[in-house]
Amino acid sequence: MAAIEIKNLTKKYGDFTAVNGISFSIKEGEIFGLLGPNGAGKTTTISMLSTLLVPTSGKAIVAGHDVMKEPLEVRRNIGIVFQEPSVDDLLTGRENLQLHAMLYNMDEETATERINEMLELVDLKDKADNLVRTYSGGMRRRLEIARGLLHTPKILFLDEPTLGLDPASRRSIWNYIENITKEKRITTILTTHYLEEADSLCDRIAIIDKGKIVIEGTSDELKNTIGEDVVRIRGNVDKKRLQKIKCIKKISFDSNGKYVDLIVENAARNLQKLLSMVGEIESVEVRRVSLDDVFLHYTGHSIEETGNDSVFSRIATYRTTR
Amino acid sequence: MVSIKGIYAIWLREVKVYFREKERVIASFISPLLWLFIFGGGLGGSISMNGVDYQKFIFPGILTMSVLFSSIFFGVYIIWDRKLDFLKEVLVAPVSRSTVFFGKLFGGITDSMIQGLVLLTLGYIFFVQFSLINLIPILVVMVLIAWSMVALGLVIGANMSTQEGFGLVQNFVIWPLFFFSGALFDVGSSALPDFLKTLSQFDPLTYGVDALRSLIIGYGAFPFYLDIVVLIAMGVICSYLGVISFGRMQQIK
Repeated sequence: MAAIEIKNLTKKYGDFTAVNGISFSIKEGEIFGLLGPNGAGKTTTISMLSTLLVPTSGKAIVAGHDVMKEPLEVRRNIGIVFQEPSVDDLLTGRENLQLHAMLYNMDEETATERINEMLELVDLKDKADNLVRTYSGGMRRRLEIARGLLHTPKILFLDEPTLGLDPASRRSIWNYIENITKEKRITTILTTHYLEEADSLCDRIAIIDKGKIVIEGTSDELKNTIGEDVVRIRGNVDKKRLQKIKCIKKISFDSNGKYVDLIVENAARNLQKLLSMVGEIESVEVRRVSLDDVFLHYTGHSIEETGNDSVFSRIATYRTTR
Repeated sequence: MVSIKGIYAIWLREVKVYFREKERVIASFISPLLWLFIFGGGLGGSISMNGVDYQKFIFPGILTMSVLFSSIFFGVYIIWDRKLDFLKEVLVAPVSRSTVFFGKLFGGITDSMIQGLVLLTLGYIFFVQFSLINLIPILVVMVLIAWSMVALGLVIGANMSTQEGFGLVQNFVIWPLFFFSGALFDVGSSALPDFLKTLSQFDPLTYGVDALRSLIIGYGAFPFYLDIVVLIAMGVICSYLGVISFGRMQQIK
């Protein structure tokens, strides 16, 4: 039985369509990634699946319940870690967890036990009784993960779980997520615009852009659809000659004209022949295709080009994660 | 359906947070005290209303003002909760929106009553030594006023989309409610111009001030039972609107 089943889910705000008829299903126990740039519709999708937003049309069944017809049942079975920190600043870490336990109708004994277990798991035991106001961004995120898992949900939603965190915090959070979800067989859906995150954590990935699902599959499956290797050539390359070479599957020139990326079938065997036919070469680089190449191939733009890593968005993220 | 545990959880959060926001607590006392000591003191010597010293006369009104302000702002501050997403955690929990509303309502009433109680005590010490058998009824009336005003504030907060509306709320809701309520003048006086007399009868707060005034200084322009009925009706109507507003509330982007 699918943990989550989505058919033609759509969300419109007046004329603007944020999510445009997406469909996919997620198996129980898998870590599923929704990968796309800012504004692609990831958070909107998660909001609809977690019953925070009412869809304009379409259907979503989460943990066996329809989000529109049985929202309370859906909420009982899900845990969610939001993009913007939503832990209460003026309460302590422990008090935040206690509030959560009461809202989810956990009895006091179980609650106390689980709270201590979770605090231990995310390494916040000694800071549990300090006000969240004093926590760093990474600590808040860990508290939120503890909170999302406190009531042992069947499904966990993570909306950009490591946004704005330093690489060390990011790596440890990936570890928590992997350990926890595999151990307890929790189905996890995570949204991200970090390729590395999707690549290393997720069992399957769906690429979303401008409100539509572009392609879906395991990381390897996605990469294999566009060939295996990328050969980057710097130099005076003749475009016409390139177009005649059969083993080249795709050609993309860098916008500054400094290099050309060639997606090549079986570069290991074809490299010598390729290089001899191409023209004047300054240097060559061979690498395995990445998710960014996949993204570029299917959407026509790089995930980075949408400007989400601009100075302003970085300032904005630091502000919200403090 | 409501979850008692849920209501308690939300109420508890409001009470804890109230005591931890020290600046807000202290600031909320300054205004009523200024009105009482300076405005009341300044006019007190020269005016008496209905045979009573002006400072004593306006004390019930100032008490109501304190409850009014703290109640409505409590409700309207929910818009910060919405913008900063603290409310999301509550909205995604398996509790009904009514539970969230009532938790907030009781939290707001508690916060307003704490402030009101301190002012009442100060008033007793410095201004008017009302008969102590009236203490419980006074507290009950204050709770009734807080009930409808917190609910009203929550309705406004749940329906407002940005906090820029705060100024509008202050000028078009709070001040009119206060000024037309007879807090500062006698609504029963024959010297009152007709338009004022009519408008103040439409102001639910008038009945709150009137009830408090009859309990504190023994003078009321309307029968006491009428005051209570109006306050309760107002409370019920605003709560009903509150439950509906919370039901329709969606997260702000």
